[in-house]
Amino acid sequence: MRFSFTPEQEEFRAGLRRALEARSPTKEVRRLMATEAGWERDGWQRLNSELGLTAIQIPEEYGGQGFGFGELGIVLEEMGRSLLCAPFLSTALAAMAIQNAGSEEQKRALLPALADGSRTATLAVTEDNGRNDAAGIAMTATQSGGVWRLVGTKSFVLDGHTADLIVVLARLAGTRGDSGLAFFTVAGDAAGLDRRRLDTMDETRKLARLQFASVEASPLGEPGKAAAAFDRTMQQAVICLANEMVGGADRLRQDALDYTKMRMQFGRSIASFQVTKHKAADMLVDVEMAKSAAYYAAAALDEGDDDLPALAALAKAAASEAYLQTAIHAVQMHGGIGFTWDNDTHLWFKRAKSSEILFGDANWHREQMMRHWKH
Amino acid sequence: MSEHDEATVRAEVRAWLEANWNPEYGLIEWRTRLIESGWGAPHWPRQWYGRDLPVAMNAVVDEEFARVGAVGVAKAGIRTLAAATILAHGTDLHKEKFLRRILTGEDTWCQLFSEPGSGSDMAGAVTRADRRGNQWVINGQKVWTTSAHKAHWGLLLARANWDVAKHKGLAYFVLDMKQPGVQVHPLKQMNGHASFNQVFFTDAIVEPEMMICDVGDGWTVATTTLMHERRGADGLRSWATGSDRKGRIYEEERAEVATTMEPYKWYPQRAGRVDLVLERARETGKIDDPIMRQEIARLLIMSKTAEWTARRARAAQEQGRPQGPEGSLGKLVSSNVARQAARVHTYITGADALLRGKDSPMGGVIAEILVSVPATSIAGGTDEIQRNIISERVLKMPKEISVDTDKPFRDVPRNIVSSS
Repeated sequence: MRFSFTPEQEEFRAGLRRALEARSPTKEVRRLMATEAGWERDGWQRLNSELGLTAIQIPEEYGGQGFGFGELGIVLEEMGRSLLCAPFLSTALAAMAIQNAGSEEQKRALLPALADGSRTATLAVTEDNGRNDAAGIAMTATQSGGVWRLVGTKSFVLDGHTADLIVVLARLAGTRGDSGLAFFTVAGDAAGLDRRRLDTMDETRKLARLQFASVEASPLGEPGKAAAAFDRTMQQAVICLANEMVGGADRLRQDALDYTKMRMQFGRSIASFQVTKHKAADMLVDVEMAKSAAYYAAAALDEGDDDLPALAALAKAAASEAYLQTAIHAVQMHGGIGFTWDNDTHLWFKRAKSSEILFGDANWHREQMMRHWKH
Repeated sequence: MSEHDEATVRAEVRAWLEANWNPEYGLIEWRTRLIESGWGAPHWPRQWYGRDLPVAMNAVVDEEFARVGAVGVAKAGIRTLAAATILAHGTDLHKEKFLRRILTGEDTWCQLFSEPGSGSDMAGAVTRADRRGNQWVINGQKVWTTSAHKAHWGLLLARANWDVAKHKGLAYFVLDMKQPGVQVHPLKQMNGHASFNQVFFTDAIVEPEMMICDVGDGWTVATTTLMHERRGADGLRSWATGSDRKGRIYEEERAEVATTMEPYKWYPQRAGRVDLVLERARETGKIDDPIMRQEIARLLIMSKTAEWTARRARAAQEQGRPQGPEGSLGKLVSSNVARQAARVHTYITGADALLRGKDSPMGGVIAEILVSVPATSIAGGTDEIQRNIISERVLKMPKEISVDTDKPFRDVPRNIVSSS
């Protein structure tokens, strides 16, 4: 399944693409990205209940549909294509962390509301230092009188200012590196939690800074033993993001190609110039290669491949370079109009840029890949 | 049950091999018996040494041959392109004269298409075919001709009519290479090998019945040859394996394969030898250099995603679905991989990359990579032509504006040094 989708999956993709084209045209993207929240609860809940999106990857025993990362990848790719403004990736990442770290009881308690879309959630790992690894985690968790409390700051948190539930990675006081890591859950409106939306370059992807002034938190799994669940969650996160990215890259590539075919200069379509044709061919190469990596990694996740850490890093590194390069070419192929606010190209250009950096840039992932490479 | 049923075919070929295969035969002697049975080329017509079986059954037949160690027909080299072209366009006379000796391996062939003045623009050939009395007289020059010095016959594309448009004036001949009017000189490449030849024609003679189709159809026939060349390109390496069994017939087969594959021995280096990179980086300690790690990772990403993209294309084909755009990218991507591999090998090797041969790492293999990679983006369709194909056929962008197809070829501007 690493090299092709089933007819059912293709049908699912086609239906989803039609729905998102109708529900998330760029006019709607522009309207929502200008709001404080960045999305609207009513519209998102309606779309989600029609298509069952947040339920996809959550197992049936926790109220989900129990599909794999193959299907989740399709959803994300199509959302990346349409730039849907919704707390989908954030909620999916929180659901993954809960599945990886939580006890049976915690999964039963937390996942059904995420699956049916009645609650949104997010994963808060990164701090002001911007790191995505255990060494970057400074937030401390301390227990006193049977109550756990968190002190510290999380930043660059996807939809962090609106999430109903926050899955937070902290560490036990006095620990370093992989040891002492602990996941907690915190309600979005918890006492002592200060949430501030950050002004993001990519307005379609809202980020927040969360300050925890001794906030009461519920442990997710056994505090101090979260290293493996954290690694797995981050691998899943980058594979999800890579799939979202190739959808956006392919859409940008197609839009730029269509534009060159209708744009006339010097009495001919600019698509007839070999210099444009060769650039378009190279763009197709970039995007298709990145797709292969994203699909392969998603399938590897479903099949339990030992090489997952390297494959996840490979997929993210490939997607980071391909998406940004495609965006640069797409602006160039549009010429002057591609640099205007009214033209839609910059929406994906900025998504390419924010995705390039989110969860680690290509340099970081290439190094991760080399560390874990087994082939 | 259909006669093309896999189990039936397997049983038939197995029974025939049990009754006939004997490793004591000489190579030609055995193949002569084999091709009379039709099991040497099962997908060919019954009338011409085949059994009219679907191509898919070849794998079943091959398995049964491999099981008992039976030697097959001659498969390597240009002879398979000659056979495919003759089967598609040749007369009974051509089939009678050539097909049997192609299969036995008695004749070897070469392809006389490319010229110094027409590389990517192959239909711009200017080698002349003039009618003199009852014969065709050939004058001109071909280039990049693999194994021309060994070949008995050549597949020749030449211009027989200069008063019609480029593609309309070409004729396709079978040329006897062993005649005074044909001179073959090796063409030394920048990597020091001479895998190809230049072939000069000075009043070389072709008998009229050795023309395939009519004057004007040459380009169509050449297209058949080229289509089979592209299809076969992937299989080239797999032919390169003779059996390692002991015995006279196997030795004869190994000698045949060695001769045919000799020009291709640097081809793995041409592709960049990605397989050597991690081993070399560990040996030299460069694996610990953070900049090298970035470059190696870039290469591995390119190489792996190229492999997976090819697998996606193949999966679509196997499931009978139309191939997506991923099916047309392989050739262009292999150039990118080869170039990055050469960069990485250079960085890993350092000052030793100044040397070649015995003085250099791996007895010259690394040096050979560095000077062979430039062939990848030229041979078999340049990167530029590949990008034209991708943009026109996959992305449906406008075709190049043509300035040479709607006028008599004699009026088309040509290289200043070309002859006509």
